Amino acid sequence: MDKLHKIIEKINVNERIDINEGLKLFRQADFLTLASLANRKRFYYHPDKIVTYVVDRNINYTNICASGCRFCAFFVTHDMGQGYIISKQDLFDKIQETLRLGGTQILLQGGMHPHLDLDYYIDLLTYIKENFDIHIHGFSPPEIDFIAKKSSLSIEKTLSILKKAGLSSIPGGGAEILCDEIRQKVSPNKCSSEEWLEVMRQAHMQGMRSSATMMFGHIEKDFHIFEHMDKLRNLQDETHGFTAFIPWTFQPDNTKILVNKKTAVEYLRVLAMSRLFFDNIDNIQASWVTQGDKIAQTALFFGANDMGSTMIEENVVASAGVDFMLSKEEVTRLITKAGFEPCQRDCYYNLL
Amino acid sequence: MDISFIDKRLEGIYSKVLNKSRLSKEDGIYIYETHDLIGLGQVANHVRRSLHGNKAFYIYNQHLNYTNVCKNRCRFCAYARDRKEKGAYTWSIEEIEKRLLERIDEPVNELHIVGGLNEDLSFDYFIDLLKTVKKVRPNATIKAFTSVEIDYLSTLAGLSIEQTIQQLKQAGLEMMPGGGAEILNSRIHKELFPRKIGHERWLEIVKAVHKAGIKTNATMLYGHIETIEERVDHLITLRQLQDETHGFSAFIPLAFHSENTKLAHIPPTTAVDDLKNVAAARLLLDNFDHIKAYWVMIGEKLAQVALSFGADDLDGTIIEERITHMAGAKSAKGLTKEQMEEMITKAGFEPVERDSFYNSINSS
Repeated sequence: MDKLHKIIEKINVNERIDINEGLKLFRQADFLTLASLANRKRFYYHPDKIVTYVVDRNINYTNICASGCRFCAFFVTHDMGQGYIISKQDLFDKIQETLRLGGTQILLQGGMHPHLDLDYYIDLLTYIKENFDIHIHGFSPPEIDFIAKKSSLSIEKTLSILKKAGLSSIPGGGAEILCDEIRQKVSPNKCSSEEWLEVMRQAHMQGMRSSATMMFGHIEKDFHIFEHMDKLRNLQDETHGFTAFIPWTFQPDNTKILVNKKTAVEYLRVLAMSRLFFDNIDNIQASWVTQGDKIAQTALFFGANDMGSTMIEENVVASAGVDFMLSKEEVTRLITKAGFEPCQRDCYYNLL
Repeated sequence: MDISFIDKRLEGIYSKVLNKSRLSKEDGIYIYETHDLIGLGQVANHVRRSLHGNKAFYIYNQHLNYTNVCKNRCRFCAYARDRKEKGAYTWSIEEIEKRLLERIDEPVNELHIVGGLNEDLSFDYFIDLLKTVKKVRPNATIKAFTSVEIDYLSTLAGLSIEQTIQQLKQAGLEMMPGGGAEILNSRIHKELFPRKIGHERWLEIVKAVHKAGIKTNATMLYGHIETIEERVDHLITLRQLQDETHGFSAFIPLAFHSENTKLAHIPPTTAVDDLKNVAAARLLLDNFDHIKAYWVMIGEKLAQVALSFGADDLDGTIIEERITHMAGAKSAKGLTKEQMEEMITKAGFEPVERDSFYNSINSS
């Protein structure tokens, strides 16, 4: 039996594969072999033919950001004069509309705005909670880390203050690739991979769940993808706080990194590998925002069991020249046409 | 190769494929019904690889849509215009020459020429058209006119189909595309394209063309009002004709785009349906050499995926596709050679630039 076959055997008996085994499979296995393994694993974790989605809205409270990541087409600096901080009225209207459209949560993210302090965030969360009964999924680890440093508070303390003010869960953004040799090149002013993981560890320990993401297809090599997933898997063994893993491809338009976009097949191979690698994260999410409706639907056969959010509003990826839009009706049509049953979920993947 | 199917019913189809026995109509219907997309893909991929190994073809081509004026006005078409309607156009022979010369420095190997049935054009126009193209681009293959146009040209010329084909052949016609078949079925014909030739005539003309030694492609327009059974019947009809003539080169499933048509209420096809049509074609059309994933209609991303679901050809670089884009296609209007090769390579296949007859072009 060759080595590849041994790895496949391990997967078939639900044994954990390590970085090297994952990498070998990723490099050598045929496209549909990966698909077939991931598809069967998907049904192992989720025997019902249900595909979930969430109805929510991305609200970017500011586009001013001190981070200046090279892969970002959304941010402006404070000096450029095109920045905004969301007004209370806009915030109110956006949330009201979200609820009216059947939304259950908002994804609240910045900008790491250099002049906003902890009081701003407390006020923001309190204002939302006073006016609406809505789940706040907000502030990726780099923002939490930034707020903590700016306020000279520990991560633990910062999180508990934000939680008390109304924050319920943390999005897995800003992970990019959790290898510092990559982060130093693409996002040098953002928190380190250890700091990112520490924010998640603390959040999970305080009972806040989070998702985890990976942005690939820029300057990383394939082994970085597996190092990234390995770090997440190790933390998950410790905390069990991650609800889902969401890989997506870097969108190079309007950014400072000049590379060709990853193709659909490359995306689907990584997605399938993530389903095979994560034996401790329940859900794998397809990224229609970066892949479009056709590949997102195809992804349901490559390990994904969740279509993510219908996103009433999305600004960040759209700034990089990609603007696929999907209504709730279209998301459910895609799921149904693929032979699955669509189910709206909440942030914790409970069916609604 | 071992395939562990989620849908065990595919095992029967796979063993037929391995024994090289022909799939039945019931098998065809089941291919469309199964939800085991990956299992189905693996069976189609097995056939695709046994025919073409790791190769995936593409061609450097140019489309010329000489007129959008058309008397047929099919209900699924967003491209056609009436003579006096806003946006109606017809290219003169000079304009066609100009368009060819604009790209004369590019290594174009095939000209794909189709248009509407424009009552202002005479048969001489078509002869001139072919001769001009051949004069400007002597080394490129002319792949022109669907059966629908051939039927119309024979009336214009007052000649039999055979004589019409001979005249066009003498003027430079070397191959024919596969359009105008839509769904070869009289119910669909009556509802969607009553003024266009029906399926018996379409088949009769293709047969005559094949007899004259001209290869054609074949297509199927899916995703409108047709049933699964009607799709399978369509494929089986093509398979029967191919047994007789061996004149078909490639089959191209065409995903219907409804925007700006009279069927605008019909939602677009989804990826699963697109991939199943590729796989169904590969498995049912056991006497066709090539199955194309037409990126214009299913998008570049899914066309790349389709190379593992039975397709072996991504069609062409094209530049300026008009017909599907009028119906809301979101794909690019053209791809460069480098983009084509990257799509193929990154899908794990070996890119082969081909001519119209699937000979490899060893350009440096």
